[in-house]
Amino acid sequence: MILDILTVILLLVGALFFLAGTLGLLRFPDVYTRLHALTKADNVGLGLIVIALMLQADSWFVVGKLLFIWILILLAGSGVAHLVANTAQKRGIKPWKK
Amino acid sequence: MTPAFLYALVGIVLFSIGLYGLILYKHLLRKILAINILGSGVFLVMVALADRIGDAVPDAVPHAMVITGIVVAVSATALALALMLRVNEETGQAVLPEDREA
Amino acid sequence: MEEINVLLLFDVVLGLTLVWLAWQTLSSLDLFRAIVLFIAFGLLMALAWVRLDAPDVALAEATIGAGLTGALLLSALAQLSASQKNETKPSLFIRLTLGVLLFFLVIALAYTVLSLPTKAVGLSVEVAKNIELSGVSNPVTAVLLNYRSYDTLLELGVLLLALLGVWSLGGVSTNKSSFPKSSFVNPVLDLVTRLLVPIFILFSGYLLWVGAFAPGGAFQAGAVLAAAGVLVFLSDWYLPSKYSGFALRLVLVIGLVWFVSMGFSFVLLDNAFLEYPPEFAGGLILLIEAAATLSIGISLAALFLGREPATKSDSNIDIDTGVNK
Repeated sequence: MILDILTVILLLVGALFFLAGTLGLLRFPDVYTRLHALTKADNVGLGLIVIALMLQADSWFVVGKLLFIWILILLAGSGVAHLVANTAQKRGIKPWKK
Repeated sequence: MTPAFLYALVGIVLFSIGLYGLILYKHLLRKILAINILGSGVFLVMVALADRIGDAVPDAVPHAMVITGIVVAVSATALALALMLRVNEETGQAVLPEDREA
Repeated sequence: MEEINVLLLFDVVLGLTLVWLAWQTLSSLDLFRAIVLFIAFGLLMALAWVRLDAPDVALAEATIGAGLTGALLLSALAQLSASQKNETKPSLFIRLTLGVLLFFLVIALAYTVLSLPTKAVGLSVEVAKNIELSGVSNPVTAVLLNYRSYDTLLELGVLLLALLGVWSLGGVSTNKSSFPKSSFVNPVLDLVTRLLVPIFILFSGYLLWVGAFAPGGAFQAGAVLAAAGVLVFLSDWYLPSKYSGFALRLVLVIGLVWFVSMGFSFVLLDNAFLEYPPEFAGGLILLIEAAATLSIGISLAALFLGREPATKSDSNIDIDTGVNK
């Protein structure tokens, strides 16, 4: 019972982080700040959702697989974010200044 | 309305959107996107109709056919893209000769 | 009753989002935006497959439908010339007539579909009846590799034919190539590739093995291998020229050739073509799937690359080092 409540809370908070990341994607002024919002918020959101699912898992094997998924997405996400920022800088896109 | 019929309707609408795009737009890349959406709509109808079974294990034959269909669709897309790139290289735009203006 | 309504709400939202994404993909002016929306569309389709109890199809759609098709489209877009004229919309009259005609088509098809019986068993009874004889316990794998193995054989042939077609169209001239020819590779990309590719290969083997009793199978495993191939091509690696002749072609055809030879191998024992005796069926299916995974992976990665790799004897330039022979 308490596991279910915890799962629902974590899922909702994770979804909130995703919403915040998407809001940042839509509202921030340039590529770099958008990347910042996207990678940070989405990875934390995914981590919370993964923890929520781990609480519902049947066996430790599934817990390990979920953790693995999160780590892989962290790795791929951060690599891709670096590549996008690097290409943007090479193309001469300047960071937004007030 | 069960989920199965809902997705079947979505598949039909996707099919017609894809058909609309295929007939209407001249750029070959858009046509290729339209064909893919058309295919996805058809697959959705097939798998949705296989899910009419309620709680039991769904019928596996449409699933296998759709997996085959997805792989064939990606092969056809790759070949179509290669053809589009050749048309673009030979004539400067990715548009079929009969659709070209001037 | 409450729970069913909430899920139905989710289905309605998913269905509307799919339709909206499809519409936006086709009608957006910028082609890059169209392709990105198409990739998102593919990912949401994977969700729809999960809702329809089709996890194998979901895996295939996510890897092949969204991932590989997206990579192919983006790679092709990068090679199109930069100045594409804006799409001049055909006259309103044509658009309206087409819209009305398609609207009637949708109504007719919807009426046909909705008048089908609400519950239908299809072939699931027949599939379940003989599943112990088929050698695997995942019904989709049983259908793909045993009941309808001829279709899968032909599908491998189609993949090979597509690759032949792409290769025979010749490569695009190198000055428009989308891959940078510089010798400097971004170190982050290098590290990510080195970390991810072994995981991809391991995961592909896992999907291949688990396909016999859980969602998975040769196509999904092959697609993950192809993803590894795409990643490796993007970090500026090319097949050394000594492998790009016979060895490459051998790996490409091994799936189809192995499948056909396995199909014929029991004909001498009075079976039909592609009929496996039940005691060997499980092992045979695994072997055929393994060969098919290799072929599918390499074929899809080669389709992404688009150009036929030059063999040693072809050019005057030593391909590996770029120096004139």
